[in-house]
Amino acid sequence: MKNPVQEPVEQYALRMVNVEKYFGLVRALTNINMEVGRNEIVGLIGDNGAGKSTIVKILTGVFPPTRGELHVAGRKIDFRHYNVQSAHAHGIETVYQDKSLGEKQVLWRNFFIGRQIVNRFGFIDVKKEKTIANQIMIEKIGFRGKGITVDSTVSQLSGGERQGIAIGRAMYFKADLIILDEPTVALSLKEVAKVIEFVHRIKEGGKASIYISHSIPDVYEVSDRFIVLDRGEIGASIPKKDISLKELDAFLLDYAHGRKDKG
Amino acid sequence: MNVIRSFFNFLRRLEGIPIAMVLAVLYIALIIAAPKVFTRPLIYISFLETVQPTLIAALGLTLVITAGEIDLSFPAVVSLSGFALSWGWKTFDPSYGPWIGIVLALFAGALVGYINGLMVARIGVPSIMATLAANFFWYGISILLAGGLQVTLKGSQNNFVHELFVGRLFGMLPVQAFWSLALAVLLWFILNRHKFGEGIMFIGDNANVARVMGVNVEATRIRLFALQGMVAAFSGIIVTLDIGVFYPDQGNFLLPAMASVFVGGTSIAGGAGSIFGTVFGSYVIGSLAAGVVATTISGYWVQVVEGLVMAAVIVLNAATGKGKIAGLSGRLGHWRTPASPKTSPGLVQKGDRAPN
Repeated sequence: MKNPVQEPVEQYALRMVNVEKYFGLVRALTNINMEVGRNEIVGLIGDNGAGKSTIVKILTGVFPPTRGELHVAGRKIDFRHYNVQSAHAHGIETVYQDKSLGEKQVLWRNFFIGRQIVNRFGFIDVKKEKTIANQIMIEKIGFRGKGITVDSTVSQLSGGERQGIAIGRAMYFKADLIILDEPTVALSLKEVAKVIEFVHRIKEGGKASIYISHSIPDVYEVSDRFIVLDRGEIGASIPKKDISLKELDAFLLDYAHGRKDKG
Repeated sequence: MNVIRSFFNFLRRLEGIPIAMVLAVLYIALIIAAPKVFTRPLIYISFLETVQPTLIAALGLTLVITAGEIDLSFPAVVSLSGFALSWGWKTFDPSYGPWIGIVLALFAGALVGYINGLMVARIGVPSIMATLAANFFWYGISILLAGGLQVTLKGSQNNFVHELFVGRLFGMLPVQAFWSLALAVLLWFILNRHKFGEGIMFIGDNANVARVMGVNVEATRIRLFALQGMVAAFSGIIVTLDIGVFYPDQGNFLLPAMASVFVGGTSIAGGAGSIFGTVFGSYVIGSLAAGVVATTISGYWVQVVEGLVMAAVIVLNAATGKGKIAGLSGRLGHWRTPASPKTSPGLVQKGDRAPN
């Protein structure tokens, strides 16, 4: 039953099959079936409590689902051996709104924390790490000049620049899927624009991403497809080409009202 | 403006420089105030001996505080390890008894630290409470074991172990000063160049970030407290050997050690630590009492002066720390060129974000 045709072995970066999650008796996710293409940016939309962060936590290995399967780049995940570290090994990286970087630490340490280049006694090769960090800054995220170097601390960066560092780090470590969990919360418009520019670089780099945000214009701008979550279920999956921002906005509004009336 | 900025940047790079300058100013003041004492080498040699136990404990404490934790239990470890050393010394043959004592002392320190680490990392007890309780408990154990008595290290003056750790180099320089300097260098490399130390900094900065970035937070914390226990035990070994007597209260320098760390520029907030700041800070703290007495001011003034100097140095640290004066000089340059456009090519304009 193997593929006789030379298709790409796996067309999805990620596939969730019939995933369910209970917290005690509370059902947080029901029958989640979704996939993310290898070079697709999927916008995950939903109200508070719709289950977005539950999905993120399952994908990043914080906790396993109650039922269902997760396939990453075609490999089925064994949840008994799946945690935050092994999610990294599977090529899933996450950029959170505020807990991706150590604020008082210099940038080159932030690039390599958890994956340092060390000799066999565990001592860090500072020179090599700095050189690579500098390459990431210039090539992956396009930091130039601005007085920011690999020796700057994160606290010297603006909010958008911080997310850029986190995204650049994920790209350097060959992440196939970058999950952006509310990366633009509490940022000014100008900084949001920077983050969006970084997300475009993920697409150009041939990688996949799940973009989670409350800001529908931002989601619309970066995504190829929208998945609407509602009370733990997938309500709709709409390709960007089938819908305009206005229509999407209206759809979401109708959707919320429609559901509310039924419930 | 650039000169000022690069000067501050330069100072920031060199660890412990501000506090080294404070130490220099202090000694200059003392030379002026008490020339008879401070122009002769004897007082400095005496500092090289008396400062070391506090300095060693403060070095370990620097790592703990960098991780955003605290250790109040090292005085008990200094006591307990001293007892372990004295027990080995008196129980076994002088040719190897001291070595057994040293191994026991380090083991006792590591054990106490390991238990502290388990309480903090596994059970989640705040370190200030866990180590406070540990200090009472292990100090009590030390008194119980010693029967409340002191123990003399018989024949310590002629023993090789004594020579090795607290002897005099060229008949004059206390060897323990070199031991603590070596320890400082070792701990500097561990903190600044080893992935264990990088884990310590990230945990002190934000333990959640450290965790999601793949640092084993729990194991790092446990190892850190075990290391601190061993460092404190080494301090206890030095104290006991130096005076040739174990007595239960010998670790009574909790506050001077903490003051040394903070005066040295390590922030209580965690995330960054200055090992050589602690070295110089220990000499500042350790020189004050003798210095004030030598100036023939009444001895009652000692603590007043100590408190003043500590407060002054800590204010100085807060003012010159990263993002304060150094940042201000950076900002001056920023104000000079106000309208520098920070756009990068291909940046999405606000207008075409919503193509509908």
